[in-house]
Amino acid sequence: MSTLVFLEHHGSAIQKGALGVLSKAASLDPDTAGVLVGSGVRDLAAQAGQYGAKTVYVADDPSLASPLPQPRVDVLAALVRDKGLQNVLFGASVLASDVAGGLSARLDAGLNWDMNDLEVRDGALVGKRSALGDTVRADVGWTAEPRLGLIRAGSFEATQSGGDPAVEDVPVSLEGFSTKAELVEHTQEESTGPSIEDADILVTGGRGLGGPEGFAPLEELAAALGGAVASTRAVVDSGWYPYPTQIGQTGKVVSPKVYIGFGVSGAIQHKVGMQTSQVIIAVNKDGNAPIFEFSDLGVVGDLNTVVPQLTALVKERKGS
Amino acid sequence: MKIAVCVKEVPDAGPNRRIDPGTLRMDRSGDRSLNAYDLHAVEQAIRLKDAAGDGEVVLVSMGAAKALESLRKGLAMGADRALLVSDDAAAGSDLVATSKVLAKALEAESPDLVLFGQQATDGDGAVLWAAVADRLQFPVVSQISELEVSGDTITAKRQTEHGYDTIRAALPAVLAVADSLNEPRYPSLKGIMGAKKKPQDTKALADIGLDASEAGDAGSRTTVLGLGEPPSRGETIKIEDEGDAAQKILDFLVERKLV
Ligand SMILES: Cc1cc2nc3c(=O)[nH]c(=O)nc-3n(C[C@H](O)[C@H](O)[C@H](O)COP(=O)(O)OP(=O)(O)OC[C@H]3O[C@@H](n4cnc5c(N)ncnc54)[C@H](O)[C@@H]3O)c2cc1C
Ligand SMILES: Nc1ncnc2c1ncn2[C@@H]1O[C@H](COP(=O)(O)O)[C@@H](O)[C@H]1O
Repeated sequence: MSTLVFLEHHGSAIQKGALGVLSKAASLDPDTAGVLVGSGVRDLAAQAGQYGAKTVYVADDPSLASPLPQPRVDVLAALVRDKGLQNVLFGASVLASDVAGGLSARLDAGLNWDMNDLEVRDGALVGKRSALGDTVRADVGWTAEPRLGLIRAGSFEATQSGGDPAVEDVPVSLEGFSTKAELVEHTQEESTGPSIEDADILVTGGRGLGGPEGFAPLEELAAALGGAVASTRAVVDSGWYPYPTQIGQTGKVVSPKVYIGFGVSGAIQHKVGMQTSQVIIAVNKDGNAPIFEFSDLGVVGDLNTVVPQLTALVKERKGS
Repeated sequence: MKIAVCVKEVPDAGPNRRIDPGTLRMDRSGDRSLNAYDLHAVEQAIRLKDAAGDGEVVLVSMGAAKALESLRKGLAMGADRALLVSDDAAAGSDLVATSKVLAKALEAESPDLVLFGQQATDGDGAVLWAAVADRLQFPVVSQISELEVSGDTITAKRQTEHGYDTIRAALPAVLAVADSLNEPRYPSLKGIMGAKKKPQDTKALADIGLDASEAGDAGSRTTVLGLGEPPSRGETIKIEDEGDAAQKILDFLVERKLV
């Protein structure tokens, strides 16, 4: 076999998810390489060697500075064709998903996503994934090469196996349409206040709150419980609550003793950030909401009645 | 401005959703509706058309013939017409095949913008737009939570693992919108009545210039090998609020010494 792992980097670090996939790939296939695509990324190659890459391909060019997918598809497509690589694996992210999707079309190559384990069966890669909000598990395969795969965040530990990789430059030649999108600005909100990762009890508000004003009652409940308030992407994107409180794939991964979701639907990208909570409680007016599939206690009801009642009861019990 | 919106009919969420253990495909026989995330794309298309003062919003979908019923929701919201590619030979299409079919159908429409929802609730792939954009050779931006169209360029803001990016792209472009971009309107009674009369074309693979071997199982490159049992999370309790839910939540926490 031969396997290529997409080494997504941010700033001067390769993403932990990508290194986890690299470690796993190297344990299955001694002929595992990594690919770095960006501007000023050559120095990261040694790090990739530490996590198992025998070869690191480097596409280092100013035109690749922005984290946009289509130029990366151009680079990977040429590399995979040129070297006849059989497996191409990605740690899932917003960028990696768009690269993998584009590459799938460019090479007419099958893509399996949301896999959380990999194995080799009869000399070929087989993936394990869950589906339908994790209510189903399936073994998935490919009917042709190359085989493309996206691995769910957090599936594999990044483990150092040591190694001094061969570093090989790859040519950069971009399609006209790949340069028609450009990054104008990147912003990052700094966290202030207590971190949601440290709280034992997280009271989480979703779009069901109806607006930013819905968070005040949740803050009162969280204060009564001695917990913190967390949120979903939908409400953060809408500007109702700050980004540092967001749980999920593009937010924080939390593991509190108690998670209580109010007006949260339980989308898979939210679930991956809170599924290891000790106890999950959900209040949602839609009895079919996916969150009920993984709640220890599910309440089909209106948060506008449950929240104030619960706050009053908790205060009463604590005698305040 | 001509805007195509890719929309999908999906099985309703809930405990009855399943993969057919015989065919290893999604069981699509139960209640179905238009993928809720796609309503945000339809909504945005209608707003963009209205802002431009003229143009057309076309729903483009691949699915079973009866999926037209679900597409009518988009027409009732205000889309102008629907194009459904439906063919027995297209059943079971994976990403490679689906993107090929949609790109072929879209090519013939030559839209200025192609909008997608953020994910289909049956597959949760959140990748299809990238594949379609590559086949159309259009720039692509995904996870859009703010969007501005001005002349021949779009400017979009979107969340990644590292904060927010603002991206500018030239038209024609493929855009996948997040659920936070807008609040989809409810169709009016007039919209619902009018939807039935709007043009709704169903085309077979041959009608859009594709061979049966390019879709369905034959055109796919991935396969489901088998199904397993999901890991059980232990006992779960689900109750309807009858005025005592808050008390039950508190009791639940107290019993487990969590408050
Ligand atoms: C690449 C990618 C990355 C993503 N990353 C993340 C992430 O990091 N974190 C994240 O959270 N999401 C993420 N998402 C988005 C995710 O898919 C969902 O869109 C999002 O989690 C939905 O947020 P929500 O539950 O608040 O809103 P909705 O899905 O709109 O759910 C609102 C819920 O509130 C209920 N409700 C409404 N009114 C009431 C009421 N009065 N009482 C009780 N219930 C009520 C409704 O029934 C509904 O179930 C990502 C998506 C993608 C594609
Ligand atoms: N069969 C289909 N026909 C048309 N559009 C689709 C189809 N499947 C998915 N889509 C679109 O692609 C988006 C992402 O789907 P997915 O990548 O399958 O999660 C959806 O929100 C729809 O806009």
